[in-house]
Formats: sequence, structure tokens, C-alpha cells
Amino acid sequence: MSVLSAVPLAAETAVLWVALLIPSLLGLLAWRFPPQRMRPLLLVITPLPLATFWLLHRVAMGGELEGVWSLGELLLYWRLDGLRGLLLLLTQLLLLASATYAVGHRRAIAVAERTFAGFWPLLGGLATALGIIWVAADLLTLYVALELMGLCAVGMMLLPGKQAALVAGMRYLLYALVGSLAWLLGVALLLGVSGRLDLSGLAATTQPGTVTSIAMALLAAGLLLKAAIFPLHGWLAPVHASAWTPVSALHGALVVKASFFILMQLWQRLVPEAVAAAWLLGLLGSMAVVWGGLQAWRAQALKQVVAWSTVGQLGYLMLAFPLLAGTSAAVATLAWQATWLQLAAHAMAKAAMFMAAGNLVLAAGEGRLTDLAGTSRQLPFPLMTFGIAAVTLMGLPPSAGFTAKWLLLQAAILAGQWLWVAVLVAGTLLSAAYVFRVLRCAFVEDATRQEVQPLPAGMNLIALLLALAALGLGLGADWPLALIRAGGMP
Amino acid sequence: MSGGVLLLATLCTSLFTALLIFLLPERAFRARTGLNLGAALVKLTLVAWMVWGLSRGHAYALEFPVLEGLAFVLRADALGIMFAGLSSLLWLFTTIYAIGYLEDSPNRKRFFGFFSLCVASTLGISLAGNLFTFLIFYELLTLSTYPLVVHRGTAKALAAGGVYLRFTLTAGLVLMIGMIALHVLAGDIRFGEREILAGLDLDRRPLLVGLFWVLIAGFGVKAALVPLHGWLPRAMVAPAPVSALLHAVAVVKAGAFGIVRLVYDVYGIELSAELGLLAGLVAVASVTILYGSLRALAQQELKPRLAYSTVSQVAYIVLGIGLFGPLGTIAAFSHLLHQGLMKVTLFFCAGNYAEELGIHRIDDLDGAGRRMPLTSLAFTVGALGMIGLPPVVGFFSKWYLGTGAIQAGMPWVIAVLVASSLLNAAYFLPILGRLWFLPGPDHGVGEWPEERRLGRLETHAWLLVPAVATALFSLVAGLLAGMPFSPLEWATRVVNTEYLP
Repeated sequence: MSVLSAVPLAAETAVLWVALLIPSLLGLLAWRFPPQRMRPLLLVITPLPLATFWLLHRVAMGGELEGVWSLGELLLYWRLDGLRGLLLLLTQLLLLASATYAVGHRRAIAVAERTFAGFWPLLGGLATALGIIWVAADLLTLYVALELMGLCAVGMMLLPGKQAALVAGMRYLLYALVGSLAWLLGVALLLGVSGRLDLSGLAATTQPGTVTSIAMALLAAGLLLKAAIFPLHGWLAPVHASAWTPVSALHGALVVKASFFILMQLWQRLVPEAVAAAWLLGLLGSMAVVWGGLQAWRAQALKQVVAWSTVGQLGYLMLAFPLLAGTSAAVATLAWQATWLQLAAHAMAKAAMFMAAGNLVLAAGEGRLTDLAGTSRQLPFPLMTFGIAAVTLMGLPPSAGFTAKWLLLQAAILAGQWLWVAVLVAGTLLSAAYVFRVLRCAFVEDATRQEVQPLPAGMNLIALLLALAALGLGLGADWPLALIRAGGMP
Repeated sequence: MSGGVLLLATLCTSLFTALLIFLLPERAFRARTGLNLGAALVKLTLVAWMVWGLSRGHAYALEFPVLEGLAFVLRADALGIMFAGLSSLLWLFTTIYAIGYLEDSPNRKRFFGFFSLCVASTLGISLAGNLFTFLIFYELLTLSTYPLVVHRGTAKALAAGGVYLRFTLTAGLVLMIGMIALHVLAGDIRFGEREILAGLDLDRRPLLVGLFWVLIAGFGVKAALVPLHGWLPRAMVAPAPVSALLHAVAVVKAGAFGIVRLVYDVYGIELSAELGLLAGLVAVASVTILYGSLRALAQQELKPRLAYSTVSQVAYIVLGIGLFGPLGTIAAFSHLLHQGLMKVTLFFCAGNYAEELGIHRIDDLDGAGRRMPLTSLAFTVGALGMIGLPPVVGFFSKWYLGTGAIQAGMPWVIAVLVASSLLNAAYFLPILGRLWFLPGPDHGVGEWPEERRLGRLETHAWLLVPAVATALFSLVAGLLAGMPFSPLEWATRVVNTEYLP
């Protein structure tokens, strides 16, 4: 794929950076003047995905955009290809959804405006950090963005101010700091070996060897910790128990995936042929699928089911490593598309599911599964949303989860790696088990029910639209997959 | 109207109906009823239009790519439109029946919403043009029937729903893996491109045999082939219209139709015979026919007896496929329609007895013929058809199966047919005897378990009309079996134009 030009087109570059930085500015503005209604917010944020859409269009026409920013001695590299553009678009759509949802959520939980105002700048910072992670192409920028993302996420988790939220949030912070430490050590080692930090330069100069392996292991450990991959997932479920719903939605959908994205970038550039290590990651992912599924099946509270399901679903992404390492080009292409489609499907479905679960809990006033009895009659809207989102998580047609699973299975069968087929089967059955455990509770008829609290209609609608988007992406996967095939393959 | 648009319109009729029903409030009874019936009629008209168009040589197809080398394909061919016609016709009656059956009961919005989704999936299954598209609608059918099975929300219904999901979701996964493996082996096979698999290297043949049985295992769960039938009798706790739907139109038929597509349109009947797959199918079908009939005989309640009878009757379709000859094929295709007509009648009648008189057990049926003559007549027509008595359509299925067996050189199949017909008679005739000849509460002996006078007729008109109508259809389709557009004639046409081995 040809690069547009050595000096990237000025208009595209400007649009990209404005689109990246606007969320932070809007967040600061909203801190001062908290938004009261959903519709103005919708109008303000919608131009962002539209701008990214235009950028994607330009990328599809003319190849990738890349560039360097020099801050004195420092050179900061960035690039935008089909995959990165799509991830940026996904981030902005989810930002739009969770920001709009948050307005209704604040009203529904009746938190003082001042207490909630801190949410907005953190949300803006998180969106900017995520955006930078998608487009950054050197380790320094990635580090800064990763830290910014982690701090914003921890801050948002602490916002409810309750004891449980503080404990879980501090634990999250501790894990994140340990992860950062491992990452910094890895970066330092790499810098010592090759003397540079930009990804393409590293790929060109780094030789396979002990130091590279140790550096990669450190980087991987740090990122796996931040991505909550089994067995480093311990912090994930508790933080979601007490976090506000829009925070959980954005966190489960994107924050953990950002670390995975970075890991994938580094792996493909530094150790693409490390088959044994890739299999180790695949095995970790498999255990995550099984363990996360089992825990979600056992969980008593609705939000815990959703949180544990994230642990399991992240495991699917890890199967990409063994399917990309040392396999034929056909297998790699399939696995590559499957991974990103699965990521997008899970992001939208998980956000929708957190919102639907939050709505159910808020409206019913209870958070336990057994308290859901009879909600299919009283709260059909959020329950339906939960169900549609669950279709994607179970990987049933016509959802994007299904299409991604089809690709992943096709890759595994083509490569003859039958172990992953078994993992996918186990994961699907487990996810069906925990999803239908929830739905089953809702279908119980002979239960006394107290009154339900009415919620703003927009809260249900946003969740439903997200769930439907994840469903529709299944059959409409041709456009994004074509973009991913065209650019971004390692 | 161009072909693709018509296909899409037919599919969307049910999808939009489902959407609108979910948006309507629970109490909007009239609007919902109008919408349901209107959509069923529109759909029937559209399918009839396509039947007419197909018979004049028009083509209806629509496709778009989903993945590299894999497309979503909708296509109306003679076989698919046959199944679509059956489902849209029976859907109209089932909708009428369900409206009457669920009068004044809670959660009707949910019921009819998923009911319409169920129609949409069945239609999608019949119009799917490759295995990928088929799988999409096949799984959608699983999802949309679950809320119907657990509709009553009792512990028993929820348990049955759990069993249903365990069977069907696992089968769906098995099916998916089989299809992907086939896709890896041979690429995207459109239905009818039989030469692709036939042209594969000879050393791939064992793999093909293995994949065939994997796929049959996947389809066999919904088709309720023994030993994969466990979910079906348990799903009987669902309301009567749902049972009618599961048994006659949607779920078991989707499984049987999948086997038909697999054998005729993916592997091709000649390759299947060459690989020795058909003998296996005949064996499985024979076991299922006999086992289902025996178990039906042992049931003391009406609906479970009908359920096991379904297990046995659907296997006739598989038996016909396995016979490898034009007559067996005609038997398979026409029985797909015939069994639907007769079974739906029987379930409507069982529902009527339960609703009007509170009868669930067979020994409570004594003398019900006098109290509910039209329902009992309809039941009699259905039962005699199942036994295979002319002129009800069931006779033609068995006739063609028998002659097909001789043509295929498998005379022992006749013994299976005779045994099964005797068993059919053994479990249906005593019911008919009780209905018509034993004295019951209307003769002054005992009393009905729970009598409700639902209407001026023998029961609610919305319950009575569909039962009588489908019974009439099974009679008329038998009497006019040689006329154009009768099920038998259409099945023969399909066989003659496309599938003659």
C-alpha cells in the first residue's frame, strides 16, 4: 500500500489531531458547565465520528497516513491506516454513547451535579488517550498515552466515593502501576539494544536474541496485566461492581483492549516468529475463556456476570497470537480479521450489555440475578437489549461475534490447530450458559414484584442502538474487513 | 418487481411485524391482531407470487459479500419455495389459532413478537442459498423459539427450555464447525453446485464422509432423529400453538429440510450414494420411525403421544431421501408438506380439547366426539392420514415410500413401513374409538376435567376454524393430489426438473 506522500496531507493531519484532542477540551468545558440533557451532547460529539469517517474514506482511497512530530530532540511517530482508523471510529462512537448515557445516568442515580462533574474531564482525557494509542507509532507516545488512559480510568472508578469503590480503585491503580513498571523496564532494554523507539525502526533494527526476548516478556507482562488477561485479571471484576455504568461500559469495551492492541503491535514487529511464546499466550487466552465463563456462570450479581464475561471474551483475542505466528498467509489473514472484528463486536456488545444491566438494576432497584424474576414483563426494553447484546457475546448469528467466530474457526481449522476449536466451543457453550441463566431468571412468572423506577427513555435507546450495531456488523462486515485487509496487516 | 426485492420483501414482512409488535404496547390487542393477520396474508401472497413466477421460469436471487469468499445468499428455488409455501400457509392458521388460544393471557406482546421472528427465520431457512445463510437463520430460529418454549414461565417450562437450548445450541455449534470445515475444503458452495464436492480428489472422500455425519448430527437434533430427539417431548409444556409450530412447521422441519439440502444440493444424491451415506440414513430413519412409534404407544397423555409420533413421522422424510430414487425423493419432499398439514391439525385439536374441556390425558377423551364433533372430525382426518389411509395425504407419502423402497432394491424397508403403520394404528385408533364410540360426560357418564364454554360453537371460533381448515387441506390435497400446485404435484415437479438422480 502506497503512502500518500512523505509529508502527509495537511488537511488530513489537522483533522486527525483535532479529532483526537477535541474530547479533552469538551471534557474540560463540561466540567465547568455540566451538560443537563442528552440531545445537545449528541449534537456536539457527532461531528467527531463523521470526521473520522472522512479520514477513513481518504485512507481507503490513498493508502496510509503517517508522520513525525518533533518536539525539540524528541521525535513522535504516528500513523493512520484502515485498522487504526476503524478503532478510532469505534472509540468515538462509544464515547458518544457513554457520554450521552451518563447524562441520563446522573439523573437516575440522583448524584449531586458537582460530584458527577469530575466525570467529564476524565472521560475526555480517556477518549484522547485511547485515540492517541491507536495512532501512536513509537513507544514513548504509547507510554504517555497508556499512563494517561490508566489514570483517567482509575479516577473514574474512584468517583462514586464509596468504600468498595475506593478499595477496588486503589487495587486497580496498584496493578496498573506494576504493569507500567514492567513496561518501562522493557522499553529501557529495547532502547539500550537498538537506540530508537519508533515501531518501524525497532522492527528493522532489533535482532532476535536474549535481550529482545526479555524485553518483550516484560512488555507483554505489563500489558497483560493492564489488559486483565488470565491469570492477571484479578482486579477487573471488583472495579466493575461499584463503578458507574457509563464508566464500566467504556472500560470493559475499550480500555482493556488498548493494552491488547499495543501488545499485538509490538509482537508483530519484534517477535513475529516466536511460536512457543505465542502458543503460551494462546493457552493463557484459553484458560481465560474457560475461567471467565465459569466465574460468570457462578456470579450472583448481574454486573458481576457482565464483568466476568469480559475476562472470558478477552481470551478469544489472545488466540490470535498462535494463529499468526508461523502460519500460512491465508491463516494469518483470517485470524487477523477475526481478531479485530471480535474486538469491535465485543466492544459494542459489552458496552450495550453494561448499560442494559445497569438499567435493569437501576429500574428494579436490585442487583442480584434472583431479583430479576418477572422483569421480562415489567422491563422488556432493557431485557431485550441485554438479550441482543448477548447474541453477539455468544457468537450467534447474525451478529459480528458470529462472523468473527466463523473467521477464527476457519483459521484454526485451516491451520490444523484443533485445540482452539475446542476452546471456542467451550467458550460459546459457557457464554450461552451464563447468558441464559440471566434470561431464565427474567422469564420466571410466579414472583411478586415491587414497582419499577422509570428511567429516561434515552438510556434504554442508546443501549439498544449499540446492541443493534454489534448485531448489524455481523452481516455488514465486508466494508471494515476490506479496510483491515488493505492496511494494517503486519 | 425485480427478483431480489421480492425476496427481501417476503423476509421483511415478518421481520418488520416482529419489530412493530415489540414497539406496540401490551394492551394494543386489536392493532396487534390486525398486524399479525395482515402480515401473514401479505406473506402468503408474496410467496404465492413467487411460486407462480418460478413456474413461469422467473428467477429470484439476492446476494452480498460478508467475508472474503463468502456471501450472504437468498435464492428462491423450487424446493425452497415449497417449504416457504408450507410455512406461510400454516403460519396463517397458527396465527389465527394463537390469537384465540392466548386471549386474555399475559405477555402476548412478547409471544407474538418472537412468533413473528420465528416465521422470519423459517422463511430465511427456506430461501437460503448456501450453508452460511442457512446457518444464520437456523440459529436465529433457535433463539426466537426459546422465549416461546418458556412462555408460561413455570419451573417445568423453564427446565424444558434449558434442555431445548442445550440440545439445539450444541447442535448449532457442531453444524457450524462442520460447515466451516467444508468451506475450508471446498469454498463457498451454493445450493445446487453439486459438482464441487463430486469433483474433489478421491483421497478427500473419507473426510467428506466424516463431515457428512458431523453435519447430519447437527441437523439431526432439530429433526429429532433418535438418539438426538430428547428435547422434543419435553418441549411439550409450551402452549399448543407453539407445539404446533415446533412440530409441524418450524423446528423439526428446519432440521429435515437441512438434511434435504445437504444431500441433494451440497453433496448431490449421486455422490451421497457413491459414498455409501444413504444406507446409513435409511438405517437411522428406520430406527427412529420404529422407536418413535413405540414410545408414542407408551404415552398416556395426548400431547406427548403426538410428540413421539412427530419423532417417527419426520424420519419418513429422511427415509425417503435415503432411498436414492425418484419415487423415494418424491415421498420425502411431499411428506415434508403432508406431515406439516396433518400434524398441525392434530396439535390444534389437542389444544382445543385442553382449552375447552381441560383434557390432557387420553383416557379422559371418552365421548368427546359428541361434545366437540368438528374438532373430533378434524382429529380423525389427521389421525387417519398419519396411519396412511386414503384419501388423506398421508397415504401418498407411504405409497411413494413403499414403491420407492422397491425401486431402490430395499424391500426390507416395506417391513419397517408396515410395522410403523401398524404402530400408528395402534396408538391412534384407540383415541378415535374413545372419541366416537365410548360413552362420556355428554352421554351422562362422568364429567369433563375442566369444562369452559368458550364460544357459541363447540369452542372458541378462532380455535375451531384453523383446526377444521388444516384438516380440510389435508383431505383436499389428497383428493386432488394430481392437480397442479398440489403438494404432491409440486414435489414431483421439483424432482423431475432438478433432482432426478
